Amino acid sequence: MAMADLDREKRSFLGRVMRVLGGVALLEAGWVAASALLPSARQEARPEGPGVIVAGPVDRFEPASVTAFADGKFYLARLDDGGFLALHRKCTHLGCSVPWKEYEQRFACPCHASAFDMHGDVVNAPAPRPLDLFPVTIRDGIVLVDTTRLIRRKAFEPGQVARA
Amino acid sequence: MSLILHTRPSEVPARAIRFTHTFGLGGIALVLFGLLLFTGVLMMFAYEPSPDRAWNSIDSFQRDTLFGGLIRGAHYWSANLLIPVVVLHLLRVFLTGGFYAKRKTNWHLGLGIAFFVFLSGFTGYLLPWDQTAFWAITICTEMIGQVPGIGSAIKSVVLGGSEIDSATVINFYALHVAVTPFALLALLTWHFWLIRTAGGVVLPRRASNDPQAEMRTVRFDPDLLFREAVVAAVAIAIVIVMAILFGAPLGDPANPGISPNPAKAPWYFLGLQELLIHLDAVFATVVVPLCVIAGLIAVPFLSDESEPAVDWFLTPKGRRVAIAAALTALVAVPLYVLADEFAIGPDGWLSGAAPVISHGLIPLAILLLGVAAFGALVAKYFAATRNEIIQAVFMLLFVAFAILTATGIWFRGAGMSLVWPWQT
Repeated sequence: MAMADLDREKRSFLGRVMRVLGGVALLEAGWVAASALLPSARQEARPEGPGVIVAGPVDRFEPASVTAFADGKFYLARLDDGGFLALHRKCTHLGCSVPWKEYEQRFACPCHASAFDMHGDVVNAPAPRPLDLFPVTIRDGIVLVDTTRLIRRKAFEPGQVARA
Repeated sequence: MSLILHTRPSEVPARAIRFTHTFGLGGIALVLFGLLLFTGVLMMFAYEPSPDRAWNSIDSFQRDTLFGGLIRGAHYWSANLLIPVVVLHLLRVFLTGGFYAKRKTNWHLGLGIAFFVFLSGFTGYLLPWDQTAFWAITICTEMIGQVPGIGSAIKSVVLGGSEIDSATVINFYALHVAVTPFALLALLTWHFWLIRTAGGVVLPRRASNDPQAEMRTVRFDPDLLFREAVVAAVAIAIVIVMAILFGAPLGDPANPGISPNPAKAPWYFLGLQELLIHLDAVFATVVVPLCVIAGLIAVPFLSDESEPAVDWFLTPKGRRVAIAAALTALVAVPLYVLADEFAIGPDGWLSGAAPVISHGLIPLAILLLGVAAFGALVAKYFAATRNEIIQAVFMLLFVAFAILTATGIWFRGAGMSLVWPWQT
């Protein structure tokens, strides 16, 4: 083999090595950037939300009433039959906060006119599904709402209601 | 100075510097970008990217810093002008045929620049942390979340969690002050380099009866430079006048508990939000936008390169066809919006059917049939060529989207119901 051929071969080999190393470096940089942006890594650095909220004794809530809990971002609805639902205040359409309209007896979203009844069921589109729920437990007559876990549902079912 | 002049040619064709050939839109966009960089850096010295401090830092910057209100006003108006200017620039390049052969890459580069301009506007929108900002970004990120499959993952990366909070502000701030400006600087440099290598602004490829006049050139300095300086000065003057007269709005600080009524996305996304009223979420947030982006990317590949462009709108016939397309959209889109509000109603086209069908496939089929029928009619009635048909369909969709945007901005009131602009 002539000297020039050998030289060319060496160079193309080195060129390939450089390209592979460059590719690896790019992948590494991308991986580092992605892990800096992914929320799971960042969330650990931040304190959790309010966690389990002590809403109060069962008797404080009248049947057929809705009470807002701003800290936990939910409404505690006590149904006619005395059962409890903790409804997330976020509209399931585009995420606006839904206020409770006492005189209309429904949650009316100001953004796109979606509306929900006291059970969180959709009474007016465009919301695609009922308001999400936080799990409610009642211990020794005290209502507790776990705001760390959000439950999506297709429709209201009696099984979702917490009872004393 | 001479370094800057070196980036430009020493002589340019006389035809190229006619103002109505380009309306100076690219140059105006560059001036606005420069203003945004300058005013943006000044505001970075005052702004604190956190939910607790953001609103206060802007409020005190406007009150206490010398010309603070003016600086923020200039930033606000430059940004709000940049978006229509960039869109009109895209329209101008399309209608003067600036996407063939050597300019193909530059067309795609321009689309990339437009993407970063929108990203810049979107990320900047949240930073004032007032009610408008908070709820507009809420609605936009929820729209992203509705993309099936990957939507909620993208949403949580954008938000840095599940809700808009400090991680979101930091994300948006980093994107707004570092990622988008550097990306734009790099892409713009490339953009200008490609214009230079393509021989400057696109010129009509016509067989002229006066070759002497066609070939005539003028000196860059002063003929073109002077015109560019005038356009730049007028653009800057307009921004400053708007900043003085209207300033930049800063509403009540963001309150995650109370949504304003109506809550709207940034105005340049209101066409999409308007689509969301008429179409199922999957179609409004995924299918239609992807089709539009694919169409824009495909423009240079669809068109017939051998057909010479005479000037704007290809040919006199092309102009008539394009005007017919614009008028069709001008009539058809408002009619559809009104029909959807009063005749079709919330049940969609087929009451009882799944929303994917009643608000998705059926309206989409109507839309596609309408566009296809329009193309066929134009081909038959005007005996239009392929490029003229593509141009007509482009105009149809462009005007349609402009009308949807205008509807979202001015004709949607409380609960997103139709109102007159003076009733809001």
